[in-house]
Amino acid sequence: MRVAKDLVAAAATPMVLGILAEGDSYGYAILKRINELSGGELDWTEGLLYPLLHRLERLGYVESSWQSVSGERRRKYYRITNKGVAELAEHRRQWDTVVDALKEIWLGPGDFRPLAAIPLGGQA
Amino acid sequence: MTAPDGQDELEAQFAQWRLYVQRRRALQRSDAEELEDHLRGSVDELIAVGLRADEAFLVAVKRMGSLDDLSREFAREHSERLWKQLVLTGETDSPVAATRSRRDLVAMVICGAGAAASIKVPELFGMGFEEDADRFYATNFSLFALPWLAAFLAWRRRARPALIGVLVALFALGVVAANVYPLAADSQSVVLTAIHLPIALWFVVGLAYVADDLRSSRRRMDFIRFTGEWFVYFVLIALGGGVLIAFMFGTFEAIGISPDVFISQWLLPCGFFAAVVVAGWLVEAKQGVVENIAPVLTRLFTPLFTAVLLSFLVAFGWTSAGIDVEREALILFNLLLVVVLGLLLYSISARDPLAPPGLFDKLQFALVVSALVIDVLVLLEITGRIGEYGTTPNKAAALGENVILLANLAWSAWLVLGFIRKHMPFAALERWQTGYLPVYAAWAWIVVLVFPPLFSYL
Repeated sequence: MRVAKDLVAAAATPMVLGILAEGDSYGYAILKRINELSGGELDWTEGLLYPLLHRLERLGYVESSWQSVSGERRRKYYRITNKGVAELAEHRRQWDTVVDALKEIWLGPGDFRPLAAIPLGGQA
Repeated sequence: MTAPDGQDELEAQFAQWRLYVQRRRALQRSDAEELEDHLRGSVDELIAVGLRADEAFLVAVKRMGSLDDLSREFAREHSERLWKQLVLTGETDSPVAATRSRRDLVAMVICGAGAAASIKVPELFGMGFEEDADRFYATNFSLFALPWLAAFLAWRRRARPALIGVLVALFALGVVAANVYPLAADSQSVVLTAIHLPIALWFVVGLAYVADDLRSSRRRMDFIRFTGEWFVYFVLIALGGGVLIAFMFGTFEAIGISPDVFISQWLLPCGFFAAVVVAGWLVEAKQGVVENIAPVLTRLFTPLFTAVLLSFLVAFGWTSAGIDVEREALILFNLLLVVVLGLLLYSISARDPLAPPGLFDKLQFALVVSALVIDVLVLLEITGRIGEYGTTPNKAAALGENVILLANLAWSAWLVLGFIRKHMPFAALERWQTGYLPVYAAWAWIVVLVFPPLFSYL
């Protein structure tokens, strides 16, 4: 199963901000972490990640610094800012609303019996 | 990690990949570095699970996806990079380029200030704009600006001392030509010198431009490109200057101060001469970063000019009236040839020499041939007149230029035809045009130096 592109894009900002809230990180590590978190189901590309990081930096949600790793190699580390933390909280609030609403529909009120009409795919 | 030999190969592959990335406009140096770090992380991981270095590199690059997609995504976030390419000072990616552009800026400011100041120097010796110094300024004005532009270019090219000596000697020759002949302010020769000395000196600037390689046809073509771009930038600066002056005039008038003496005595002359240098610096700074505009204009106007000239020929044949050949007409047709030559030159300057002949080349052929036919008609009319009334400096100069341009265009037409019929390579046309440049320079010097005594200072 592949998650649809639009959904990946919509979840991109909170996902990156959330990972950076765990601690400073860099592009490759962020991508690996996303892979890990989603069990490889989220189809993230470098073309999605790096421009997004640059956009978040432009908006002031993250800041970056170059740090040298072995030898001449330099690595660009990103750190979440206070503004970014606030933005993450706002995203979280919105996502919670969406997720809660979807749960209401799919699981029914106070009832954890899955609706037979909506199959969950071949995963179960 | 793998064996060291695999590591060397890997580094070479990274270097090549870096080159590919840096060629993308949307990707800056820092992006390339960031992506390379990503690629290296990916490669290291693949090597750790047992792949050989070259295999790991291939897989990692493949995983990153095509650079086209990548740079499209970057361009969406950094759309300004596709526009604002002309970074004039510092702030560029590489520190070397930044220092170089800063030093260029300093040199430009010095030369521009020199040009602006030098136009006011004669006033110290009683040659103000107000006094009766028309003749002095008419013949000398180019000598206040072009040496500074040539100095800037020669400095930038690190010209050899011998060449600098030649440049100085030629400008000195210009000073002689402008000042030693006893010409009356209203004589034809003053007008001729005022027109031809700037042309002659512009080719001296060209000498400074091609300082690194005097005989190279490619460098001369670069000078032609430089000329076109310089002209475009100069016109743009002049337009901006016009707006500035209009606002200055309006706002100061509104508070009861009349700035017209300042504008006409200082702002206009100093701005004009500084702009000559600034335009040259702009062209040098933006070279290869922003698209050239002169070839674009050429593309637009070649079909239009061809249509006008062809319809003129049809109308001429239809009415079968003679051409009314006054002296103005000769100048008009000279200018027409200059425009046609310009259209030809700037489309050559932007053309890929190896591309096969296309529709545009045929259009160009039609343009050149129709201009030639019109010019021959005019020449036939005019030679009779000159025989009747005798020659004057003006007529001789105009006729000489006509012949020079005609010769150039006739041979160009032949070469374009050969190219369309695939007998000749395109480079032949380019070589012909660049090889012809000294002819214009020589003629301009002849008019400036030989004509006044030849026509007894008429």
